[in-house]
Amino acid sequence: MSARAQFVGRRLLLAIPVLLAMSAFVFLMIHLVPGDPVRTMLGFRATPANVAKVRQQLGLNHSLFAQYAQWMGGIAHGDLGEDFISHTPVSTLLAQRLPVTVELTVLSMSLAIVIGVPLGVRAAATPGWVRKLTEGFVVAGIAIPDFWLGIMLVLLFAGIMHVLPPSGYVPFLQDPLLNLRYMALPVLTLAFGEAAYILRTTRGAMEQTLSTPFVLFARARGLSERSIVFRHTLRNAAVPIVTVIGIQFGVLLGGAIVIEYLFALPGIGRLIVTAINQRNYTVVQGGVLVVATLFILVTLFTDVIVGLVDPRVQEGQTA
Amino acid sequence: MSATPIAVSVVAPRRFAIDSGRRKTRIGVAILGMLVLIAIFAPLLAPHDPDAIESGRVLRGLGFSHPFGSDALGRDVLSRVIFAFRVSLSVAVGSVVVAFVVGIPLGLVAGYRGGWTDTVIMRPVDMLLALPALLLAIALIAIVGPGSLIALLSISVIYVPILARVIRSSTLVVTSQTFVEGARARGASSRRIAVRHVLPNAIGPTIVQASVLMGFALQIEAALSFLGLGAQPPTPSLGVMLADGRDVLTQAPWVEIFPGLAIAITVLAFNLIGDGLRERLDPRGVTR
Amino acid sequence: MTAILEIDRVDVRFQVGNTDVSAVSDVSLQISEGEIFGLVGESGCGKTTLALALIGLLPGTAEVQGAIRFQGRDLVGLPDDQMRGLRGDRISMVFQDPMTSLDPCFAVGDQVAETIRAHRPVDRRTARDRALQLLHDVGIPEAGRRYGDPPHHLSGGMRQRVVIATAVANEPALLLADEPTTALDVTIQSQVLDLLRELRRTHHTTILLITHDLGVVAQLCDRVGVMYAGQLVEVAPVEEIFRAPRHPYTQALLAALPTAAQKRGALRVIEGRVPDLSDPPPGCRFAPRCPHRMTECDRVPPIAAEAPDHLVACWLSEATQAAAGTSAAERSAGRSRGASA
Repeated sequence: MSARAQFVGRRLLLAIPVLLAMSAFVFLMIHLVPGDPVRTMLGFRATPANVAKVRQQLGLNHSLFAQYAQWMGGIAHGDLGEDFISHTPVSTLLAQRLPVTVELTVLSMSLAIVIGVPLGVRAAATPGWVRKLTEGFVVAGIAIPDFWLGIMLVLLFAGIMHVLPPSGYVPFLQDPLLNLRYMALPVLTLAFGEAAYILRTTRGAMEQTLSTPFVLFARARGLSERSIVFRHTLRNAAVPIVTVIGIQFGVLLGGAIVIEYLFALPGIGRLIVTAINQRNYTVVQGGVLVVATLFILVTLFTDVIVGLVDPRVQEGQTA
Repeated sequence: MSATPIAVSVVAPRRFAIDSGRRKTRIGVAILGMLVLIAIFAPLLAPHDPDAIESGRVLRGLGFSHPFGSDALGRDVLSRVIFAFRVSLSVAVGSVVVAFVVGIPLGLVAGYRGGWTDTVIMRPVDMLLALPALLLAIALIAIVGPGSLIALLSISVIYVPILARVIRSSTLVVTSQTFVEGARARGASSRRIAVRHVLPNAIGPTIVQASVLMGFALQIEAALSFLGLGAQPPTPSLGVMLADGRDVLTQAPWVEIFPGLAIAITVLAFNLIGDGLRERLDPRGVTR
Repeated sequence: MTAILEIDRVDVRFQVGNTDVSAVSDVSLQISEGEIFGLVGESGCGKTTLALALIGLLPGTAEVQGAIRFQGRDLVGLPDDQMRGLRGDRISMVFQDPMTSLDPCFAVGDQVAETIRAHRPVDRRTARDRALQLLHDVGIPEAGRRYGDPPHHLSGGMRQRVVIATAVANEPALLLADEPTTALDVTIQSQVLDLLRELRRTHHTTILLITHDLGVVAQLCDRVGVMYAGQLVEVAPVEEIFRAPRHPYTQALLAALPTAAQKRGALRVIEGRVPDLSDPPPGCRFAPRCPHRMTECDRVPPIAAEAPDHLVACWLSEATQAAAGTSAAERSAGRSRGASA
């Protein structure tokens, strides 16, 4: 088995116990939440008799351990349980909501990378007005709260210029152009902050690499500036850059909750938050599990890419 | 001689970095100092009572009596921002302080002892890190109920793992240095070594991280209050102001603009301090 | 023998914050084609700075005055793209630490081939073959197998050989070697030195060897130049330098070498410390530590020929005194240069 395959295999195996532990952790945390979901669900019909009956039906009287085992058993069959309130299977809910969050994440990160990386490289390699400009951009991107920026953008593009809708969502497959119009402002909002972060990381990594001895030697060999910056420096600087991009991907997948709330996007983040408020256990458990799994998978994928870029990492040496 | 654009300086990169770091820290501290003073002396500085409703002065633009304008209930935006800032800043700083107090011993012990202790401490910590931060905070608030204090504690929970990891890394670096071996050889007790020798040397990066985190804590507090999970009325909060501002966004944008600016400037100040400290402590970015 | 390199009154100054650091002060030197010239001095004496000035790799904060003529062409002020054409092709440099000279992400063979293709219009195949040949020539066993290895698969000595292969890939006329063996252990050291000697023999490459190790100098160099605190203090053939050093600094340096014949007890050291180059002494920079210090030493002693091949910059030397007395104009030029040095 090739070294790379071993590397990936090993990481995947390690991921399993982490996921198991995570699911137990989440399960426990949710069940510590005070407040009876059944009462919430039944609302004004919550007589003691009804409550007891429903509790029995939902298996809530069993021990926590038994409930956990039941849940885990269900997962093995792809059954994440049911939403207490609407009785929709959790997996269906997640399947509906996940694409929205994924689309938001993918579009935002792509835009952020396209802006952040080239500017970061430029700022590191050529001092001058580019660097000053990017410094300002970085400062603004990190300090400005993203949801405030979102609101400002809504003010500008929807309130004043009337070119984009302030909120709402339409699935991509239903109407691609309209979907993109709805996504434009949320994506712009998220991309601004992410681009600043990526730019800063890129610039820092590039600057650090540009001052290493092997770059000096590359210059001493008379290699062209282009070759030095893009072929050698970027490749070596890529490790922290790719790592940060990977982390941010995972973070956004976890639900850019406030942005989803602000722009009324039916994504996972909002789903989980609403479910928490409703004490809707199964939805929260399923949702967080999916989010955590995605996060771990994204991290793994990032590590693989990093291993591709820098041969030393794969062999377990320090990069 | 044409200049090649390399950062290598034969003579003194250190001096450069320390000067720039010093400047940054100074500016950051200056801004933050001013903001803190504003927060402390809020009652003296605010031109109006932040809760004073005056129906005759609704949605006024920027003017002499209302430098930041007035909102839908005729309340002075400037005064509201000042008082809300006070609350938000306290929560932000408080949360990081709590995270610091809890996280430092955890990370220090994990890094110093290593082995089994390290695993036992760091595994749950790492797991906390894998959960999305805001989600975690919201979940915790859902357990106990909304409020400023809970928001503060939830944010601490998010930041304990981060600070613990930072101090653990620097502890590992410091303990591998020979002066620690020397202390051990002299028969100093573990605790003494950890506290007197390792801690002062390892704490640098953690302080840098903590100052930057205070800025982000402010943003999280604002987000939580925006969602209605943080400060509850009548306690003012920048996040709540941001939520309220949406209702009158097109008619009176200043209600939305100024609380946001307050947050941005504060985060900027914290970042300047953090970056400046980092440049002074570690000019070549070795422990980045 | 033709002088392939003429360093003519070169000054290198750095701007650090608000201070001006004088790293190289009024250095003049001529190196003949095919010779191995050793430039010695302790850390910080300016030898590396001088080499970097030669190859045009000083940072932007550096200012160079004077002329550096390579094969008749002045390198100071040469536009960067022309300088880049020379680097790796006509002039090459190897650095001290082989562990960090090569790009960790690329195969060693490819890095050699890349240097070839940067200066010659050859296709990949040809470059690869040539690179393979070079790896073999520098003594890397199983060069074919090692071609595709990343640098961290090779030992320090091997890496330095690869570095040298890269540096000589295009058969440069001048090779600057900055402490090429300092980071290696002694057995490997001598192998690398043999390699350099072989290069000079087969390709007639001129080598400027920078080192603080007098043993290396004795093994390899034809002539030696001694630098102190940015000033060139003595130049002589290698046997002369060891047999009859003229400058007090060189004398002290050689005297400080521990010998088997020495009695037990304190090592002989040179009293005092290296001057701060942002505020150097006005004249001879060794004067504060010199046992023969005189009042004249507050003026920079011009370097002059004591013997046909032996140059010294010291007021103790008659040649220097004569050179100084040559013309009042030159002297006042020297004084103003010394004052601003």
